[in-house]
Amino acid sequence: MSDQHNMRLSLKIWRQANSLSKGQMVDYELDGVSPDVSFLEMMDQLNDKLIKEGKDPVAFDHDCREGICGMCGVVINGQAHGPEKETTTCQLHMRKFKNGDTIVIEPFRAKPFPVLKDLMVNRSAFDEIIKAGGFITVSTGQAPDAHTLLVPKGDAELSMDAAQCIGCGACVASCKNASAMLFTSAKISHLGLLPQGQAEAKTRVLSMVEKMDELGFGNCTNEAECEANCPKNISISNIARMNRQYLCSAATHPTM
Amino acid sequence: MTIKKLDGKVPGGSIQDSWNNHRFKLKLVNPANKRKYRVIVVGTGLAGASAAASLSELGYNVDVFCIQDSARRAHSIAAQGGINAAKNYTNDGDSIWRLFYDTVKGGDFRAREANVYRLAQVSVNIIDQCVAQGVPFARDYGGYLSNRSFGGAQVSRTFYARGQTGQQLLLGAYSALMKEAAHGKVKLHTRSEMVNLVMVNGKARGIIVRDVVTGEFSKHVADAVILATGGYGNVFYLSTNAKASNASSIWRAYKKGAFFGNPCYTQIHPTCIPVHGDNQSKLTLMSESLRNDGRVWVPSKVGDKRPPNEVTEAERDYYLERIYPSFGNLVPRDVASRNAKFQADQKKGVGPSGMAVYLDFRDAIKRDGLNVVKEKYGNLFDMYERITAENPYQVPMRIYPASHYTMGGLWVDYNLMSNLEGLFVLGEANFSDHGANRLGASALMQGLADGYFVIPYTIGGYFADYKPDGLKTDHPEFEKALHESSERFQRLLKIQGKRTVDDFHKALGKIMWDDVGMSRNAKGLQHALKEIPAIREEFWRDVRIPGSGSEVNVELEKAGRLADFLELGELMALDALERPESCGGHFREESQTKDNEAMRDDEKFCHVAAWEWQGEGTKPIRNVEELKFEHVKLAQRSYK
Repeated sequence: MSDQHNMRLSLKIWRQANSLSKGQMVDYELDGVSPDVSFLEMMDQLNDKLIKEGKDPVAFDHDCREGICGMCGVVINGQAHGPEKETTTCQLHMRKFKNGDTIVIEPFRAKPFPVLKDLMVNRSAFDEIIKAGGFITVSTGQAPDAHTLLVPKGDAELSMDAAQCIGCGACVASCKNASAMLFTSAKISHLGLLPQGQAEAKTRVLSMVEKMDELGFGNCTNEAECEANCPKNISISNIARMNRQYLCSAATHPTM
Repeated sequence: MTIKKLDGKVPGGSIQDSWNNHRFKLKLVNPANKRKYRVIVVGTGLAGASAAASLSELGYNVDVFCIQDSARRAHSIAAQGGINAAKNYTNDGDSIWRLFYDTVKGGDFRAREANVYRLAQVSVNIIDQCVAQGVPFARDYGGYLSNRSFGGAQVSRTFYARGQTGQQLLLGAYSALMKEAAHGKVKLHTRSEMVNLVMVNGKARGIIVRDVVTGEFSKHVADAVILATGGYGNVFYLSTNAKASNASSIWRAYKKGAFFGNPCYTQIHPTCIPVHGDNQSKLTLMSESLRNDGRVWVPSKVGDKRPPNEVTEAERDYYLERIYPSFGNLVPRDVASRNAKFQADQKKGVGPSGMAVYLDFRDAIKRDGLNVVKEKYGNLFDMYERITAENPYQVPMRIYPASHYTMGGLWVDYNLMSNLEGLFVLGEANFSDHGANRLGASALMQGLADGYFVIPYTIGGYFADYKPDGLKTDHPEFEKALHESSERFQRLLKIQGKRTVDDFHKALGKIMWDDVGMSRNAKGLQHALKEIPAIREEFWRDVRIPGSGSEVNVELEKAGRLADFLELGELMALDALERPESCGGHFREESQTKDNEAMRDDEKFCHVAAWEWQGEGTKPIRNVEELKFEHVKLAQRSYK
């Protein structure tokens, strides 16, 4: 693409030195942005400029830049991961914006996701939820031949739909209650739809939900913002499945 | 200075029994004693996470370190295509022996036979383990696992989970790791970067870590250190690796005496989305499973710039099918990459830059229908469209090779231990099983083989002859290593020059791509050996790093890693220069057949080059490990 298509943008970015300090929105102008670059490449361009001007570059999380690691994620013009459906921040391209646009860039905000610096947040709460039961207890070497367990194709596909969650946190950032129910239910569905996951199905849902609540995530009030902003199109039907499993498990599990 | 002949410690006897016999001979650590040992694992990709989880299950205490905010984000997650295993579920003639044979041949006879055989053997257990963990592999209607064929293989032995196999396998290993963390046997240290290795009395006993949020350094002691930090493809700046993927852990170990095996063996992946411009930060790979159904072509006429759909059948050159009739579009990666470059060099490349070839699905859609193609590759097509704004269902994809994987890495013996006692190296970080070229769907296999099924045994063999001695981090060697690291970061911060870290990285990347890339020659390599030290010198004089060392400072992190790449790049060029043969991904223009195929020199170079650091400004020593091929006959590869 030739330079004549390059854009000039006004950026309003959340700057915060560390988790203890107070943050604020800061305005930047950036010229010469090619429509072919990704959103993060635009941020690289801004940082390059800031460094050369002797200013502090904007900190943001990112790693694979292919939309699969789940490390990146900012709120762009009020939407987690920006305007393109089923797309992570790193895979959003600047051709989705116009010359002269003002773009507001903020971190994923939620009480359980404290800001570390600028647009970087601490999402270790998600690890804590997985630690509470997002696994199948099998040790290396215990597994029988893979074909001893048949999984109907439909179940395998549904399980895979849920397993695609990349743990980015966009669901939490999009929810007015900062609920982690889409994330938690995706893991519960992924494992709970497979025969391998049955032995621990009841304890899993109970302990993961309990942990989620304990960490300060809110509850689901069916706004479906999480699904709308999920880069992997995880369906809120997983939340329904989790709630059903939770009820059944709480009612029948002997320890509860 | 003397050249050492290295011993890979391959067990004797028949290759089929060698791993079983070896496992039996390895001494055991009594279950009650295992809890007295502590192991450090650096990296949480497939190799690191599977090793850490498995060692914890055995009863060892494990400290795990990763630079990302969660262990689930390591770059194994980006592998799309699949994982090989010799299950022969498709009844098409696969076997452990065939997987072994294909891998040795695919690696162009530069891997250790016994390691590769073991890899093929344990491949079947990996699938079992992953299924038990809940990895949602693709299934047929009967509920059985589905398989597909993959680059370089004529059997269908690849297991997959849509186009996200790496993600699902990593989430499996991560869940095993979190299960152990829940039991308190694994301690996770996230956003933590290893910046030094600590050697005490000739043994690897710990690491120095920098917390990338606070900038604080910390000392960690253990009875063994496992590095599973992946490859060094980012030396090219543009690569398919994640932005934070780096060589610093293995490079720190190299500078403490660990040998670096075959640094010049790098893999350039044939099917990546072409470069769009100067601000490109990374390259995106399209799974080579696409080559099962896509046909690679360029216009026959030089400089034909018409839209692809206007180029008639007769005017297209399906060059892979033409040159390699029996493998066609499924030739190994190195062959496919070099041929694409050859077409671009002939000015037959397509797209705005001319640095691309077509990968066309028109015939597959005609043959199987749109829905079949969509089901197989839907997410890859979507990804392509998202990046390029072109619809590959309607116009052919444009692809070009990019740096993707590094076969070289720290030298390890059969037990996956480096020449430094107590330092083990797993996965892409070691040099072992892929020789000079890795076959598709084999990286996931090797990472998990090393972590789930090799290290749990071999580390026990090491510990059986080693007694925990209660070493603490107040030992002077820890203090020295910490001081060394903090000094280095302070030195970087003090430079306050004019050029950014990325600026230098791009300069290094250009030299590496031009001179130490897909195709190499003595003149180019000598040029690189002159240029790289010059860039390095300028870097240490003129790099600009804003901010301080006691806060989040991404530029400082990047600078630390680039400083290592600036040294490693030079070693890669040196290794490439001193291996004047062609083999696998290492193509020396001086050594090719009249059909432009790689030509090995088995007389002189049937060995591993294991480089030994000699200090700043001194040429490292090139030690060798001779390779013997007793089961797969040495032959020039042919995919015709």
